[in-house]
Amino acid sequence: MSALAIPRGHVRGIRIPVRIGTAVPLLFVLLVAVAAVAPGLLTDHSPTAIDIQHTLLPPSLSHLFGTDDAGRDQFTRVVYGARESLGIGLGATGLAMSIAIALGFAAGLAGGLVDTAIGRILEVAFAFPVLLLALLLIAIRGPSVTTEIVAVGIGSAPGYARMVRGQVLQVRQAGYIEAAGALGHSRWAVVRRHLFPNAMRPLVAMITLGIGQSIVWASGLAFLGLGVAPPSPEWGALLDSGRLYITTSWWLEIMPGLVIVGVALSVTSLGRTLQHELEGAAR
Amino acid sequence: MTEVAAAEQAEAGAAADAPLLAVENLRVSFGSTEVVKGISFTTRSGRCLGIVGESGSGKSVTARSLVGLAGAGATIQAGQMDLAGVDLTRQSQRSWRAIRGRQIGFILQDAMVSLDQLRRVGDEVAEPLKIHGWGTKAARARKAIDLLASVGVPEPEMRARQRPYELSGGLRQRALIASAIALDPKLLVADEPTTALDVTIQAQVLDLLAESKDRGTSIILISHDLSVVARLADDVLVMRDGEVVEYGQAHQVLHQPRHEYTQALLDAIPSEHTRGTQLVRPAAASGETVAHRARAPIDYSRPVLEARQITKVFRGPDKVDRTVVHDVSFELLAGETLGIVGESGSGKTTSARIALALLPPTCGEVLLDGLPWSTLPPAQRRPLRKRIGVIYQDPLSSFDPRWSTGRIITDALRTGPRPPSSKTEALARAVRLLEQVGLTERHLPAAPLRLSGGQRQRVAIARALAPEPEMIVCDEPVSALDVSIQAQVLDLLTDLQDELGVSYLFISHDLGVIHHMSDRILVMKDGRVVESGTADEVFEHPRNPYTQRLLTALPRLAQA
Repeated sequence: MSALAIPRGHVRGIRIPVRIGTAVPLLFVLLVAVAAVAPGLLTDHSPTAIDIQHTLLPPSLSHLFGTDDAGRDQFTRVVYGARESLGIGLGATGLAMSIAIALGFAAGLAGGLVDTAIGRILEVAFAFPVLLLALLLIAIRGPSVTTEIVAVGIGSAPGYARMVRGQVLQVRQAGYIEAAGALGHSRWAVVRRHLFPNAMRPLVAMITLGIGQSIVWASGLAFLGLGVAPPSPEWGALLDSGRLYITTSWWLEIMPGLVIVGVALSVTSLGRTLQHELEGAAR
Repeated sequence: MTEVAAAEQAEAGAAADAPLLAVENLRVSFGSTEVVKGISFTTRSGRCLGIVGESGSGKSVTARSLVGLAGAGATIQAGQMDLAGVDLTRQSQRSWRAIRGRQIGFILQDAMVSLDQLRRVGDEVAEPLKIHGWGTKAARARKAIDLLASVGVPEPEMRARQRPYELSGGLRQRALIASAIALDPKLLVADEPTTALDVTIQAQVLDLLAESKDRGTSIILISHDLSVVARLADDVLVMRDGEVVEYGQAHQVLHQPRHEYTQALLDAIPSEHTRGTQLVRPAAASGETVAHRARAPIDYSRPVLEARQITKVFRGPDKVDRTVVHDVSFELLAGETLGIVGESGSGKTTSARIALALLPPTCGEVLLDGLPWSTLPPAQRRPLRKRIGVIYQDPLSSFDPRWSTGRIITDALRTGPRPPSSKTEALARAVRLLEQVGLTERHLPAAPLRLSGGQRQRVAIARALAPEPEMIVCDEPVSALDVSIQAQVLDLLTDLQDELGVSYLFISHDLGVIHHMSDRILVMKDGRVVESGTADEVFEHPRNPYTQRLLTALPRLAQA
């Protein structure tokens, strides 16, 4: 990282090297974040403005990503879809982590019967395909953003729970846990002040990776018609509605597809950088 | 193979008294950092050269350069580096393989890492034979067993079929030596060969090397431990920061050192001679003016900690019970140091953890100030914990990696009897503690990871002192430190005892350290106390055969 090293930022003691491989994904994620928070800043069009005179136009300067079968600006739709897609990614990962932390810490701290019971539950959950779980939930509740969050969240929780449990077991053995106990701190204080932050630290990167993965999952579900319904500009839904025109108007599939790939790639690469830095800082 | 042939030719032509290995102006650098800065030495057949130095002195890199294993990125330059006429500076990776094992045997510190865990010990020992195309497979297997027998491995046939993890540390180290001497190399390079071993095992391994030397092998022994070197070396080379500080005959270097660094190293070795004195002498004071301790009197009527017949049984994964501590009793008086000495597996650390009430005893009881301690429910014990501090062998792992020095110490202050009322007060008291242990305000924001080993142990001592304890359990507090840093930390501990009257339960495998520090001593073996008494009683007139064996095994400078 020496040749490309530009100034280093300092974030609470963790050095984040600012370099091309980090700057580009960071910029891209920031752009998507802006689209999610204030889509109006990035486009003048409306995501629902139908223009029958200009349907299925290829990408041009006035329509960066072309237009769809109703003449709506595809770029605008992608920008407005960011909120739902990103929301699903964050929501699903958040839900997955909450479940994982609860189960992982319960199993790792209590041990014994509780650990065995949780272990069995996780094994069953692992054996259950995420897609099947999603179908089940959608069949019960109907397709919606919330359903997608719940489905993807529950589906990916067991993997995280395993990791959290492993971390808890490992950090429990650390010398500083015993040292804190020897100083007379209560068990709860030791868990809160030492065990939790140190066990979760290596998982920060995994969480970042999980956000990208959840977005891809959710898009996949929507593409299969199991996610948010097509009038919505959610990215998976865009893919679903563009499917019919894939032979004639490629941009309806390729453009949102590229954005999904870009987000997943950026978030993953940022996660890796973060992982690298955190591990470097830990030893 | 041509190089080997050439080597053997050259060797035959060489005069009998010519040095076997001649190194002149050896320089090793990694990138722009020079770690070995032009050192020269020679060795002869049947003699041992000891290379002594503290960590970072470049002694290991020197050893590795001699076998072509200095590592990727190392640049080696030498005016001369000849082994029996073969120029070692001009070897390719390929020709090094022909030299290693056959011409030069290499013994590393940690046999656990050096031996492949998945292969049988016999195959590992026979490995150099195989590499150099010696004999048939069956002949090599027989030779491996002979080699194991020759290094004193009992039941060599059975051991050869086992895998390294099934062997004890001492046996593994012997297997490694067997492998190094398999082809009867003319030169053995041993890098800290006994550092990971218990003292009795260490003595056996050193004897083994001595036998090899008597048979005419030349040995280069690298060690941080002067007393180990004294036992084997004919010549000693003292290194510091990649340079030679002193080089000469062992007797002269170890008994009439010319350089003050060597003298300081020798002074820093704790032993029976250094009891009650400072290990680090002020530069001005010469040998004669030894400052004796002015310590607070020991209160013989008041035991601060009392262990009554504690026993600890662990149930292994194979459902077999193992008694790790067996019927151990002791009293720690106010202001005294009680040393517990023993080899690995003797139960000394388990006893310490029971004393700290971090582990409940299976039977027996520990009293704190004459009141129940180990039998208390955890919630009632917690407020009393401030009275016992603890210092570990590896201070770094006892600090939360996210915390700064300042936070570590202020946190400990809050558990004490006088918790600071404000952040300013907490910081001021943390600075006072740091100064007390020889650090300064500058270290307050530092992450312990960025401190040196000695500084880390000082932070650990400051943390232990913060709650104003009556006693501190010191579990191998200096075992991971260089001898001069060890001396500073031991001096600090005795100074603090003189000043504060704090008691120490001092655990170590190092008899010298124990003798230097302790008023009274417990010798432990296999979970039992085999001998106890005052330091002088135990060391001068040991009654138990095990203690006697320990003391004979202890390498001493006087033997040189």
